[in-house]
Amino acid sequence: MTVLQRKDVNPIAHLSDADIEEIGRRLDAIRQEVIETRGERDAKYIRRVIDVQRKLELGSRAVLLASFFPPAWLLGTAGLSVAKILDNMEIGHNIMHGQWDWMRDPKIHSKTWEWDNASPSEQWKHSHNELHHNFTNVVGKDNDLGYGIMRVDEDQKWYPIYLAQPLWNFINACFFEYGIAAYDLELGKNLKYKRRRQDPAFKARAKQTLHKIRKQATKDYLVHPLLSGPSFLHTVAANFTANVVRNLWTHSVIMCGHFPEGVETFEKHSIDGETKGEWYVRQMLGSANISGNKAMHIMTGNLSYQIEHHLFPDLPSNRYHEIAPKIQAIFDEYGLRYMTGSLPRQVGSAWGKIIRLSLPNEMAEKLKPKPKPAPALMRRRSRPAAGLRQAVAALIG
Amino acid sequence: MSTPHVDPARPTGGRVGLRRRLWGVAEALASPRRPEDYLDMFHPLRRGADLRARVVAVQPEAGGAVTVVLRPGAGWRGHVPGQYVRVGLDVDGIRRWRSYSLTSPPETADGTISITARPVPDGIVSAHLSQRLAAGDLVHLDQACGDFVLPDPVPEKVLFITGGSGITPVIGMLRSGLQRLRDVVLVHSDATDTDVIFGPELRDLAAGGRIRLVEKHTRTSGRLEMDELRSLVPDLAERESWACGPAGLLDEIESYWADLGSGHRLRTERFRTTLVAPGDGGTIQFTRSGTTVEATGAMTIMDAGEANGVLMPSGCRMGICFSCVLPLREGTVRDLRNGEITTAAVGDGVLVQTCVTAAAGTCLIDN
Repeated sequence: MTVLQRKDVNPIAHLSDADIEEIGRRLDAIRQEVIETRGERDAKYIRRVIDVQRKLELGSRAVLLASFFPPAWLLGTAGLSVAKILDNMEIGHNIMHGQWDWMRDPKIHSKTWEWDNASPSEQWKHSHNELHHNFTNVVGKDNDLGYGIMRVDEDQKWYPIYLAQPLWNFINACFFEYGIAAYDLELGKNLKYKRRRQDPAFKARAKQTLHKIRKQATKDYLVHPLLSGPSFLHTVAANFTANVVRNLWTHSVIMCGHFPEGVETFEKHSIDGETKGEWYVRQMLGSANISGNKAMHIMTGNLSYQIEHHLFPDLPSNRYHEIAPKIQAIFDEYGLRYMTGSLPRQVGSAWGKIIRLSLPNEMAEKLKPKPKPAPALMRRRSRPAAGLRQAVAALIG
Repeated sequence: MSTPHVDPARPTGGRVGLRRRLWGVAEALASPRRPEDYLDMFHPLRRGADLRARVVAVQPEAGGAVTVVLRPGAGWRGHVPGQYVRVGLDVDGIRRWRSYSLTSPPETADGTISITARPVPDGIVSAHLSQRLAAGDLVHLDQACGDFVLPDPVPEKVLFITGGSGITPVIGMLRSGLQRLRDVVLVHSDATDTDVIFGPELRDLAAGGRIRLVEKHTRTSGRLEMDELRSLVPDLAERESWACGPAGLLDEIESYWADLGSGHRLRTERFRTTLVAPGDGGTIQFTRSGTTVEATGAMTIMDAGEANGVLMPSGCRMGICFSCVLPLREGTVRDLRNGEITTAAVGDGVLVQTCVTAAAGTCLIDN
């Protein structure tokens, strides 16, 4: 984890290798405790969420059959938006992480689940579960840092085109599901070169995505509106609105996970030979939470517990709130900052960073919020060797 | 939307065509789910649904056994007495499948079927069945199968040899086939007379002259020996025979019949393959590629496969992305992160993460 040492305030300078391994052991123990107590109540929880989501979707679509009547339009659109958010966040995202595979129910399994989204689950699982979760916040390896279209880190080179990135980000937020689909296809890279464009594997994946988009669009913009007869256009508008609301919401939640100011990023080679303990610490420093009530946690798919989710992506989402205090205690004890804040604050911080980094570094630097001193420096642990370790490390390079 | 596919073998009358078209609309509307997923919320036992059954009653039997009366969904194709059925129960949130003999006659007045099970020590599913399952619960079901059945026409002379819960497939045959059977001998072993499942019913049949019942109570008079069986049933070599019970007893019966040269007259039914105690490492068979690998307990199934030229699905290689999940058809594996043991009974297909799982005995991986 050498990259952090270039920072003004290295948040882990005070940790010895033994500390980091101890953090790993304690996190493993927390994970194990949850696994041992997984059972009927968890299974009931996910089945209930799925049941509520389906009934809400059916009900909302039924109400929208009369969407020429404005209150019906409003009620149906609101219901459908919530249903789509639940489908994507608490249900789809988490099932595809394998959080519920232990139930051995073939219908609620990462192998079989498909979500109401432009990106086919198979492709999303590769770019999200495999690449993003493994290489979290490693510049050059984790494409989630700006999704390849934005500059969200000082270490990414500035080009004038980045001046427009706040606008890109807004457009991306409105049509986020298509952005994700393009991202999972690595469209930018694959369309650029003829050889890549014509690669049969890429063509097959593109076809799969188009098929998925056609199916979802047929449902929202053709079949359902046709069934509403005289409400055809109202229903098209309602479904479009619900999709945009869902996109704006998921985009906001996801920005809060890794983009707020203070979240650490890592250099490409800093993870060579990384131990499990170091991997855990990278997840801890590279993620941020959203505070809020139970409804907020469910609507974010418990990604409000992004830190807990990144430590244990395959533990059932309904358990994150139970382990959060224990995780936070480990942060406190080892003098690390547990990043959390309300949704408006975190969204504001992430947008602030995107706007700031649309500018070249000299200007961006001036706008940078003053870094809060890391808790470690305030708490001053009795570890005389820490400074020495850093000095020696610098000397032997 | 694509036009619904029309099967030329089927009548293409207006009603059928309309139905298919409506189903096509329903499929388009349900995407990415299936219309079934929504229908299941309201009518899980309808025709066309995955096969399930509603528990009608759970009745205690002798020796701690229970009979579960089930009303199967509309897709149930019926059974032949002596067959068994796989039942999937959600125990502590985990779906577990087990096979149980059907103990009801194929036709019942109310359309129910029943299975009977005796709790086995440490049996997660049998304990759930006897203690927690209640009327109204839904269970998952497969179609009946097995060839431990009476032929048609039935033979003149029949011998059943059963031990413990081995009586369960035989009671089905007795309950439905007795009017056809003329000469039946049943030799049943159990610990004591009160342990005999369906004891009173069997004794009534014997008292009424419908069967000849020989009860062997092993706690007081030891296990059934072949010489003893020979003197109890002198004409056993002439009888068509069915045996079901503990593995040791069946092994002895099979070799005895083979020595007599009457092996073709004997059918046996084994409830369980012997489960290997979880060890360290073992033989991994990759069923599709036909590769067999000896692996140590420290080697992941993925590494073992790849080292032997099996193309394995892979992803993060650290247990977080679930790209490498494959069905464990049979056998025992260990999760290297926490030592947790997972065992799959035949046909189970438990999905395991091959990048963090090692063999803990012989195991069959579907790849």
